[in-house]
Amino acid sequence: MDRRDILRRTAAAGLLATPAAGLLAGCATGGGGDKNTGGTYQGTKSEQNPLGVKEDAPLDVVIFNGGFGEEYAKAHEAMYREKYPKAEVKHSATQEISKTLQPRFVDGTPPDVVNNSGAGQIDFNGLVSQNAVADLGDLLAAPSLDIPGKTVKDTLLPGAVEVGSYDGRFLVLNYTYTVYGIWHSTKLFAERGWQYAKTWDEHIALCKQIKAAGIAPWTYAGLHPRYMSWPLIATAIKFGGPSVATAIDNLEPNAWKSDAMKAAADAWHQIVKDRYILEGSPGLDHKQSQTAWCQGKAAFISCGSWLESEQKDVTPAGFDMTVQPTPSLGSGDKLPFEAIRGTAGEPFMVPAKAKNLAGGLEYFRVMLSKKGAQDFTRKVSSLTVVAGATEGIDLPYGLNTVIKALEASGSNGFNWVYNNYYRKLERNLVDAACGEFFSGRTGPAEFLDQCQKGADSIAQDSSVKKYKRTA
Amino acid sequence: MRHGKYPLIVTFLVPPVLLYVVFVVSPYLQAFQISTTDWLGYSAEADSVGLANFRALWRDDYVWNALKNNAILLALVPVLTILLGLFFATMLNMGGRRGRAGVTGVRGSALYRTVYFFPQVLSVVIIALLWKEVYHPNKGLLTSALHALGLGSPTWLGDPRTAFWCVLAVMVWSNVGFYVVLFGAAMSAVPKEIYEAVMLDGASRLTTLRRVTLPLLWDTVQVAWVYLAIFALDGFILVQLMTNGGPNFSTDVIGVRMYDTAFGSETKFGYASAIGVVMFFLTLSVAVLSLRLGRRDRIEYS
Repeated sequence: MDRRDILRRTAAAGLLATPAAGLLAGCATGGGGDKNTGGTYQGTKSEQNPLGVKEDAPLDVVIFNGGFGEEYAKAHEAMYREKYPKAEVKHSATQEISKTLQPRFVDGTPPDVVNNSGAGQIDFNGLVSQNAVADLGDLLAAPSLDIPGKTVKDTLLPGAVEVGSYDGRFLVLNYTYTVYGIWHSTKLFAERGWQYAKTWDEHIALCKQIKAAGIAPWTYAGLHPRYMSWPLIATAIKFGGPSVATAIDNLEPNAWKSDAMKAAADAWHQIVKDRYILEGSPGLDHKQSQTAWCQGKAAFISCGSWLESEQKDVTPAGFDMTVQPTPSLGSGDKLPFEAIRGTAGEPFMVPAKAKNLAGGLEYFRVMLSKKGAQDFTRKVSSLTVVAGATEGIDLPYGLNTVIKALEASGSNGFNWVYNNYYRKLERNLVDAACGEFFSGRTGPAEFLDQCQKGADSIAQDSSVKKYKRTA
Repeated sequence: MRHGKYPLIVTFLVPPVLLYVVFVVSPYLQAFQISTTDWLGYSAEADSVGLANFRALWRDDYVWNALKNNAILLALVPVLTILLGLFFATMLNMGGRRGRAGVTGVRGSALYRTVYFFPQVLSVVIIALLWKEVYHPNKGLLTSALHALGLGSPTWLGDPRTAFWCVLAVMVWSNVGFYVVLFGAAMSAVPKEIYEAVMLDGASRLTTLRRVTLPLLWDTVQVAWVYLAIFALDGFILVQLMTNGGPNFSTDVIGVRMYDTAFGSETKFGYASAIGVVMFFLTLSVAVLSLRLGRRDRIEYS
């Protein structure tokens, strides 16, 4: 065997090692822990300790280190320690929740509190169908920490429990309250004398006016085009009523091709057809498009109420961002113009096999106390699901408009949850359809076809657990 | 010294083989086992489903779409990279013809060598982010250059018609430097007399490359081919960071599909392992095929 031969064989052997992706499943199943049902640490329940926390049991908290950072969580942990000075609280923060925690779940040694969020979020459908998430029912029934006479459930905003419930069990605490709408700069609009339009026809007329002034009316996150599915679905729900959303969530046949969805898709196609979208938007990611918007290159953008804190570093002084509901299609709309999508977001969970399960629930009780919620709002400028927790706090401009929009919307507010039930449907399938539609490569009919095809593929996939909700 | 040979070999071989078995072979074997289950990744329980995952794979349009893209990469990335690598290496090592006699590279070849090798020094993540900015549809280098020339430009990564080719270009760009160095080293092992004879015979650069250099370098080219083919079947990091398979799955590759199935939008680890197993056999076949088909007589310099 000469030198070259050896070299060549080494190369051939090296091949086996190269596709590193094959290592994916490196952590096999079988990793024990089946007997561990969680809640190893048990304390005695009492009036002061309704959840039965063992006061010296350590608490392991894993936080998603994203737009909200991790400082707010450290403050919550300090509050927990104040109550249980003997408990050791282990804090860690990561951007990669699924990759970091997957081995611990398999091993049966998950943390006690997980902030399951961000791009590396673990699909809740998978978690719930594997019974990996603890029931939070006890938490809801427990008395609030600092709002006298009320249970935790009584202190929450309407809809907060429904969003985190799967088949009637409350499993996921969505901590923030997020409003989804259309954003514009009050300053820009005041300077130009523009008025936010309440109907679609007026909106199109305004777009024309804005374009004539040399500004692009719209921009969007072309690389994550699902951001544009939000105003489109909202338009359809306002037109056809909340049953439009229920049908989509329940994967009903042809839910995406309902008359309301057709009307909404036709309407939104107008801004594509008339070129009211900033040139190049299909190639921008969310940060790039939001920055272009902050720089005044575009007038409107679709986003949730985290926008203000996400854009803090690049927003010019006096920009004064304002959120508004989607324009009404016409006088036949079932919901008034003011109706807006508000929903609990930023999911937290206690793994079913958490050693300090009671401590995890207690930590949520700390988060949902008035003190905990106010501290969060102060630190990250976002609302929590705790009703009335913003009293007496100085809020930034955008968040004030969020609160005003919520008040105006009142009981007309709506929501959908198919993105929680079936992460893939929104993240992959509807996302791809929106990309084609808003860059003008497909028309409204093809767009709805593509969405429906995606929903059908989920509906037919027997390995995906299905959930239903009523109204 | 003969009697001391085996302990030495064993001492040097056992640790790497052990590492290889623990960290490479055993996960592969486990992946085979997991691919026959419906494991969802977050509990220790999984039921055996036989070959159901593979049957589902066969009908999965998204997997086929990703495989199609990998096939195009497989056809183009090695060819383009090797051609460019050979061309640059030739110019750097024997491109200089004017002036003094003898076989030298073009003027400033040391500088070019550094420039070509530059992408190799950067981490793939940096390369992906760098090019994402170059392809920025409004203020990227490429768009600005085209606008300066008065030309319009596509939205690069935002358009399914261009996104795939943009990613492919980055793949070639980030690989060429390494093969310039590899081929350069191989060329310097070729005796200079051969080239002097070629020059005396008045052969052009292209003829020299085609008739003399390439046959003499065939072994190296073959190894390059195998490595590039494996790279083309993977391509995961660049694609995941630049486009994550989008827009509308136009840049999807099999590695991204597998990652997304397990860690992205779903937690189907059993199904993802089945994709991994398919990937394993594809890679293996491509490697074996290219080693078999490329077999030629070896050349020994005395």
